[in-house]
Amino acid sequence: MKLHRIAALLTRHLYLYKRSFPRVLEIIYWPFVDLVIWGFITLYLVQFKGALPNFVLFFLGALILWDVLFRAQQGITISFLEEIWSRNLMNLFASPLTTGEFLAATMILSVSKVLAVSCVTVLAAFAFYSFNVFVLGLSLIPFVLNLIVAGWCVGVLTTGLIMRYGQEVEVLAWGMVFLFQPISCVFYPMSVLPDWLQAIARLNPAAHVFEGMRAVITAGAFPVHELAWAVGLNAFYLTVLVFWFHMMFAACKDKGLLVRVGE
Amino acid sequence: MAEPIVQVRNLTKRFGDFTAVDGVSFDIRQGEILGLLGPNGAGKTTTIQMLLGLITPTAGEIRMFGLPVNRHREEILGQVNFSSTYVSMPQALTVEENLRIVARLYGMDRVTARIDDIIKRLEMEEFRTKITRKLSSGQMTRLSLAKAFLTEPKVLFLDEPTASLDPDIADKARALIKEIRRSTGLTVLYTSHNMREMEEMSDRIIFLQRGRIVAEGTAEAIKAVYGEADLEDVFLKLARTAPPGLRHP
Repeated sequence: MKLHRIAALLTRHLYLYKRSFPRVLEIIYWPFVDLVIWGFITLYLVQFKGALPNFVLFFLGALILWDVLFRAQQGITISFLEEIWSRNLMNLFASPLTTGEFLAATMILSVSKVLAVSCVTVLAAFAFYSFNVFVLGLSLIPFVLNLIVAGWCVGVLTTGLIMRYGQEVEVLAWGMVFLFQPISCVFYPMSVLPDWLQAIARLNPAAHVFEGMRAVITAGAFPVHELAWAVGLNAFYLTVLVFWFHMMFAACKDKGLLVRVGE
Repeated sequence: MAEPIVQVRNLTKRFGDFTAVDGVSFDIRQGEILGLLGPNGAGKTTTIQMLLGLITPTAGEIRMFGLPVNRHREEILGQVNFSSTYVSMPQALTVEENLRIVARLYGMDRVTARIDDIIKRLEMEEFRTKITRKLSSGQMTRLSLAKAFLTEPKVLFLDEPTASLDPDIADKARALIKEIRRSTGLTVLYTSHNMREMEEMSDRIIFLQRGRIVAEGTAEAIKAVYGEADLEDVFLKLARTAPPGLRHP
């Protein structure tokens, strides 16, 4: 793995964001709007609070962490789409760049995007609702890291599918992560799901992170077992998906799809 | 005689029932410009894409610098580049930004000096800071050529490199290719539909039709074999005659 090739891809996206207002909006405006709308809904619902304590904490915390997952996935998939849209894939893959370096660059981009978006949402939550996400304490760090890796997993899966099936499935770049939302237990505990769906949700690393977040808020205890599940599942999925991506890449080269993707 | 830098043996590519390239074999020696000629769909671009490792051959072997491309991809592609009228570059970046990224991708040093040089040689000063999206097709072609020359490759694949250039710039681009070949021993595989250009540029020509080589040699030799005074007439004769035994897709 050569760092200068990863740096070249990062620079390419830096140049892109430097000059593109819509892309900057994607980082600043939409997460901000999301947070403000859901924040006011939360404040409204708090007026009817019954038996649910820490409602604002649950909801806004979940919203900010969900955005971490969503932006981590977007960081990978949209970077690939940018190359398709600019018909640049041939230039990249006819160079010495490897698929591993390409994925590494998109993962670094995804982390950068998460950091930028998180700054916006955390500041907005504090300014509008006096909500401080850092009340979650140090447990926030492993939660966020696990959500980033979970986002990478969805991102690699989506990118592989777009590479293989082309424009027909481009829409997955924005929708794929929402397929997993019901079993991610973002805004409700896993216990509200029917038993059969709980069994599926337990295989989702994001669900363990959100369960863990609620445990920290309600019990103040660090949920080691939830974190262990999230780390184990993420490590397994990421390994399998990176291997699968390499196989998909080879299949695309065999079918001549790499030079036609996006047409 | 110089050793072949590019060796292609029985190269075949099938997409389902369709055979795009059918048992093609050729060598390109160091410093040689080999012209790849043929009608649309003859397999020229597929051949180049296989040489660049973008398409996996169904059968056959490609070696460059004595190494098999499938097992030494990074090592080989670091010394190879291409230019094609049909490939774009990131549209929101300026010409110079695009060249900087290419230089970094190939691990070049003295990036600014190299960019200055190639921009001067291809007369790109006036649109150096222009956004790529706003380039004319001729300027875009020059950017694609600049990208190919910038990395100082030992082997260059040029797929219709002068297709959208005006005669003046096309002539300068050809002169640059010849000059770089003379000074560095650059090896080139060249495709074009401009027969005069093909004759001017190529030391040898391979004529592909429906994925097979149907004629090979110097332009003069090919013209003599087919009894034509003009390469364009040879092209028309070959393109309009189906080689025996070939299955039409």
